[in-house]
Amino acid sequence: MPKDTGIGASDKRREDIRFLTGAGHYTDDIKHYGATTAIFCRSTVANGIIKSIDTSAAENMPGVLAVFTGADFADVGGNPAGWLINSRDGTPMKEPKRPVLAHGKVRHVGDAYAAVIAETELQARNAAEAIVAEIEELPAIVDMAAALAGDAFVHDEIGTNQCFDWGWIEDNRAATDAAIKAAPHVTTLELVNNRLVPNAMEPRCSIGNYDAGNDSYVLQTTSQNPHLTRLLISAFVMGIPENKLTVIAPDVGGGFGSKIYHYGEEALVLAAARKIGRPVKWTADRTEAFLTDAHGRDHVTKIELACEKDGTFIAFRTETMANVGAYLSNFSTATPTFLHGTLMAGNYTVPNVYVNVKAVFTNTAPVDAYRGAGRPEATYSIERVIDKAARELGIDPIAIRRKNFVKPDQYPFTSAAGLEYDSGNYDALMDTLEKHIDRDGFAARRKASEARGMLRGLGLNAYIEACGIAPSNLVGVLGSRVGLYDAATVRVNATGNLSVMVGAHSHGQGHETVFPQIVGEMLGIDPASIDIVHGDTSKIPFGMGTYGSRSLAVCGSAMVRATEKIIAKAKKIAAHMLEASADDVDFKDGQFTVKGTDKSVSFGEVALKAYIPHNFPLEDIEPGLEETAFYDPANFTYPSGAYACEVEVDPDTGKVRVDRFVAVDDFGNIMNPMIVTGQVHGGLGQGIGQALLEGARYDDDGQLLSASYMDYTMPRADDLPFYTVDHANGTPCTHNPLGVKGCGEAGAIGSPPTIVNAVIDALQSAGKNVTHIDMPLTPLRVWDAMQNA
Amino acid sequence: MASVAMVVNGKSITREVEGRTLLVDFLRDDLRLTGTHVGCDTSQCGACVVHVNGQSVKACAMFAIEADGAEVATIEGQANKDGSLNVIQQAFQDHHGLQCGFCTPGMVMTAAALLKENPKPTEAEVRSYLEGNICRCTGYHNIVKAIMAASGQDVTAIAAE
Repeated sequence: MPKDTGIGASDKRREDIRFLTGAGHYTDDIKHYGATTAIFCRSTVANGIIKSIDTSAAENMPGVLAVFTGADFADVGGNPAGWLINSRDGTPMKEPKRPVLAHGKVRHVGDAYAAVIAETELQARNAAEAIVAEIEELPAIVDMAAALAGDAFVHDEIGTNQCFDWGWIEDNRAATDAAIKAAPHVTTLELVNNRLVPNAMEPRCSIGNYDAGNDSYVLQTTSQNPHLTRLLISAFVMGIPENKLTVIAPDVGGGFGSKIYHYGEEALVLAAARKIGRPVKWTADRTEAFLTDAHGRDHVTKIELACEKDGTFIAFRTETMANVGAYLSNFSTATPTFLHGTLMAGNYTVPNVYVNVKAVFTNTAPVDAYRGAGRPEATYSIERVIDKAARELGIDPIAIRRKNFVKPDQYPFTSAAGLEYDSGNYDALMDTLEKHIDRDGFAARRKASEARGMLRGLGLNAYIEACGIAPSNLVGVLGSRVGLYDAATVRVNATGNLSVMVGAHSHGQGHETVFPQIVGEMLGIDPASIDIVHGDTSKIPFGMGTYGSRSLAVCGSAMVRATEKIIAKAKKIAAHMLEASADDVDFKDGQFTVKGTDKSVSFGEVALKAYIPHNFPLEDIEPGLEETAFYDPANFTYPSGAYACEVEVDPDTGKVRVDRFVAVDDFGNIMNPMIVTGQVHGGLGQGIGQALLEGARYDDDGQLLSASYMDYTMPRADDLPFYTVDHANGTPCTHNPLGVKGCGEAGAIGSPPTIVNAVIDALQSAGKNVTHIDMPLTPLRVWDAMQNA
Repeated sequence: MASVAMVVNGKSITREVEGRTLLVDFLRDDLRLTGTHVGCDTSQCGACVVHVNGQSVKACAMFAIEADGAEVATIEGQANKDGSLNVIQQAFQDHHGLQCGFCTPGMVMTAAALLKENPKPTEAEVRSYLEGNICRCTGYHNIVKAIMAASGQDVTAIAAE
């Protein structure tokens, strides 16, 4: 039964009040005295040599305070990739410099080569138009295969467009090849995982402030992880000492990955603020967001599944080209490798897995982690090829998955792709799914659809993913240049209320509500007396922010540890107050009690005593009640799920309608079911969007054809159904204190193959031998596939 | 510069504006009513929806001077007089109809316009009416549910937590 309060209760979100009344504080809402505006000059060609930039006219225009070009940043550092990937031959990946402003060459449409700072936005725009850049256009390098084969390079200095050629696990390659060669049945599928634009509804925005009196900077910016942004600016890009730079991410209007990364605009507004001694603000318009936010996915893949005639899996072998765009964004090298290749065994006991990923530079926007980040690509490949194999072998799609599932008694289970799954029960998820979907009634529903001239399909999927990327010791060996812990400070104030400073950042996830539910239950106090502080590097401990469904599993664990330290110290204080030994003091429901007596003090009394330490045994106990914990997980967490949907396809138009969608997930223990359900809904919306609607399309000249909401099809309310979401039967994570797994990305991971499998099923029901259609499944693509079948 | 006078959330205001100033920029920059958001450049996203003379409009697609003499309502004026959430706002909180909150003001203003026109909309009518409002967080499920709940309909049968 759901609880009314505390852990597991669907507390309403406290942050909603300000968002519902217009009282939120997003970065663009902040107005500083004396603020100025930055506008960027962006390349209109995908590839070109900057011959000259004449800024003289612009500099003399009304209101103009400063003009910057790439030359001004030639001596500062580049924005680095956070993960070093080695190629199969042992050589390190190619890492061309990513400058603050393009210098020498522009490499994608939207690449900024100059910036103007002026009193007003209008003055800055006018001056930006007066900058004369002579750019010699070169042929654009857009197609990945052509990029690998050609002799023109996005970065001339590296002499190749291949960033790396990665094999996972290289030692398994020969065995996998041999197993596939000897297998009785091999199913092959070539597919494209379509390029997406994250499209957080709030465009990026950054404000730079410089305080000459202290030689210090403040950057207010739309970030999912302000400490990481500060570290990158300080240690790599600008050399501003960390203690002289504060990064603040206030209310942030969605991220989905795109606001993990440090972008050049953040460095520019800081440099400009110092130069002119005034605040400098830049707010992206939506077109800039399309052109310059890190995109997602964009894999071209061939996957083979070898199996016995009875459907027992023998091997998965995958070859992928992954587009990294024109520059390496911060997580771009980890996403197609360790967040993708390591998941290529899926939920299955398959003994042989080998993945080869070639990352390719092109004259397109950088590509990086977008909701799911590598796991949607893995799940899509696996679950599509399984469906194809099941059809070829005449095996039921649920039966073939069940036949190969890791079984509950096999945990911890080391997959053939090298991960150790700690817990799960995939058959139980499938059982629950089958209860929800009324499979027996499907034939009648199909018949009813057919009576209306529609084709009905049922699509199924099982997924596993890896969240809370960790542990630091392991990821360090694998090439990560950062640790992947998180941190929390629990400050008990003298009057008994709490401020909890966390490294995680909430931009829609509801941390301000859920985190107090947990601490409140641990301390036996009202969650309303606990506030979460996040997003300000001057207030919070060094944490890694929010992405990869890590907030609760990693930062939440740190918060639990810090709260445990609070309880331990508070017990000592209580023992002193009660004139007992700390070992004899019990803590329950907010009361410290001497065992076997009625002597007790409340948490609030202890808090007050901690700060008014009269008659305190100072040799044993310091005053104050504040504790910090850093938590570095022992492993990833492994959410899993079983999804199903039914679609109707109009054979006359190819239009697909999602009739129903069921998501059954194992997220481990659930802290707030309402919020978890909402996270799944959002992921499903984005995953269904990928499957049916969304696609970032560049033409051969490298022009982004889908750079506005009139060209890029965002899912709207009438594109989507009500969803059935069930996460009641989680198997707790075995290695973090809350037993939680992470729920932010699951919906986006599990839904695309579910939808495509359903559409193929619908077309097959009409006798059309269509085995695959690349996403997005637009009416034209579906209709074409039917005509050509 | 031209003088504009309008009643915004019940208060009369007069300001000098440039002819080019969009209503959304006027609200945000001149009146500091920053609850109305800008999410796109093409009048597609609906984060800027306000009411002008009782009609929902995208404040990015209208000049401030066009609202001269008008009554304008924004998200900041939607709560009840005692400061508590109005029926629609409360339904959004009760049914978790928002996450990052950026599209939310536009959603609430659009929902208010819908319920004024159609006090008991069906699911299909709600979804259709929201065609000009994009949300990237919620997958719309809880927004649709919240609006139907705000209309007084029983939404307990709609799957969710």
